[in-house]
Amino acid sequence: MKHLIPEFDRLRQRFPDTFASSLVLPCVRRIQEDRGYVADADIDELAAYLGVPRVQIEEVLSYYTMFRRKPIGRWHLQMCRNISCSMRGSERLLAHLERTLGIAAGETTADGRITLSTVECLGSCGTAPVLVVNETYHENMDAARIDALLKELD
Amino acid sequence: MPGRALLTGFDVTATSHLLADYRARGGYATLEKALSSMTPQQIGAEVTASGLLGHGGAAFAVGRKWGVIRLNDGQPHYLCANADEGEPGTFKDRWILEHAPHLLLESMLIAAYALQVRHAFVYIRGEFDLPYRRLQGAVDEAYAAGLLGERVLDRDFACDIIVYRGAGSYVCGEASGLITSIEGKRGYPRNRPPRLTVRGLYQKPTVINNVESLANITGIIRDGAEAFRKVGTAKSPGTQLISISGHIAKPGVYEVEFGYPFAKFIYEDCGGVLGGRALKAVIPGGISTKALTGAEIEPLKLDHASLAAAGSSIGSGGMIVIAEGTCMVRLLQVLLRFYHHESCGQCTPCREGMGWMHRIIDRIVAGEGRPDDIGLLYEISRANDGTTICGMGDAAGYATVGILDKFRDEFEYYIEHKRSRLGGVLEVATHA
Repeated sequence: MKHLIPEFDRLRQRFPDTFASSLVLPCVRRIQEDRGYVADADIDELAAYLGVPRVQIEEVLSYYTMFRRKPIGRWHLQMCRNISCSMRGSERLLAHLERTLGIAAGETTADGRITLSTVECLGSCGTAPVLVVNETYHENMDAARIDALLKELD
Repeated sequence: MPGRALLTGFDVTATSHLLADYRARGGYATLEKALSSMTPQQIGAEVTASGLLGHGGAAFAVGRKWGVIRLNDGQPHYLCANADEGEPGTFKDRWILEHAPHLLLESMLIAAYALQVRHAFVYIRGEFDLPYRRLQGAVDEAYAAGLLGERVLDRDFACDIIVYRGAGSYVCGEASGLITSIEGKRGYPRNRPPRLTVRGLYQKPTVINNVESLANITGIIRDGAEAFRKVGTAKSPGTQLISISGHIAKPGVYEVEFGYPFAKFIYEDCGGVLGGRALKAVIPGGISTKALTGAEIEPLKLDHASLAAAGSSIGSGGMIVIAEGTCMVRLLQVLLRFYHHESCGQCTPCREGMGWMHRIIDRIVAGEGRPDDIGLLYEISRANDGTTICGMGDAAGYATVGILDKFRDEFEYYIEHKRSRLGGVLEVATHA
């Protein structure tokens, strides 16, 4: 995490002086973008840098669904399964993804390339169903568009 | 168009979200007017006079919330725009963030001046990608143009706006959970009192308003409260952004003038039910509001009083249309799985109740439902109501009771025959 400290210093300047604790979420997010997950060493270093208890960072990591302690595939596919997406075919598309990739939701392909997850409402209900690939929303999905998308993933 | 528009009345183009376009539409002239010719008290009075109601779900009067802040108490005050749009079916604030981010920023600056706020925040849900980039881009543009920072519009008024990204927690959309999250902790809601306007972010007076509520401030200060009150109804002034999805021909975000006929909105403006099917039900304002049947909506108007009289609510404006043929048992399963997933675990009735309800609906769907399961779902819903710190447990109960009340026969059939009367269908019209 140490190489991110100059970046964190700049981020800190945007917040009021007494807000060091608020930096936990943005710093954790940045660490995860950088490493792919949050390692034990990151927690120790971030706790020391911000002067917050280690347990606060642990609690944040175990609470928020977007944070993870272990690496996942290079491509993270998240299929929304909430109400509007379900009503527009996401259950069918999830089954299609599981069949095509040969894994169940929550698993990673044997070559470590693709992790498949389900996710709750992403605010994409008017363009349902939505599949998120890493950070990017792919909306109005159907089986053909999923197949085309999978071909593009290296 | 479902009535007059206050927020969306411009053409969306490739550049309409940018500062230059916003300025060409008259953007930031209202901030100039506010800073040069109005006192903070005058702005607060105008907002109170407008009767603007919160658009996040609870419909609390914005002026009343602001009125708790004592301008000369010598403490820092904070302002947070709640952009943690996570109520399933709701995607209206996303429209503002993507297409009118400067309208939100101008409104927040006016609010910050009125509430004597030095640091304001936008708490935006962590998954939002384009809305975040558009908003952060607008903040960067505003700093470069001298609209944010030490001297806003070269005047003796300083304000910073910080975009704070959530990390995937529904409960952080609840105002006190949001605050705990900005403090860099688990997004646990807090007991009230004290109100957040008394002790909020880092124990300082804090105003949290929904994105759409704030976006209305610029228009109210520009045209005056009286002009605002001429739109909508006496008790629900203004407009509501309704995001409509599900089995509807033309899903999307519509700005609806309060008082507009419900059925006309569904059948004319939104093109009716997908595939020309009959309308089975509508969840009017996000999944936590009670479902209404197709027949029930016929006489209703889209405003707070009309929906309240029908036992439901305009909520967060997240409208979900359900076609005839949809299995309501499977639909409730989707909802209860969600509430279980999102319970923060702080309060026993919700933590245990959500898991319990989820297990019950799962066993009904698996064909292992018991005769008293319907009664149990009612009982757990009742036991949650008002017994938890935040409203999530209550909301799960409202959603459950709303569906059970009107579609009980489907649940009874499912339990008795160990299968759905409607084939377990959620998707009534398939994509090509």
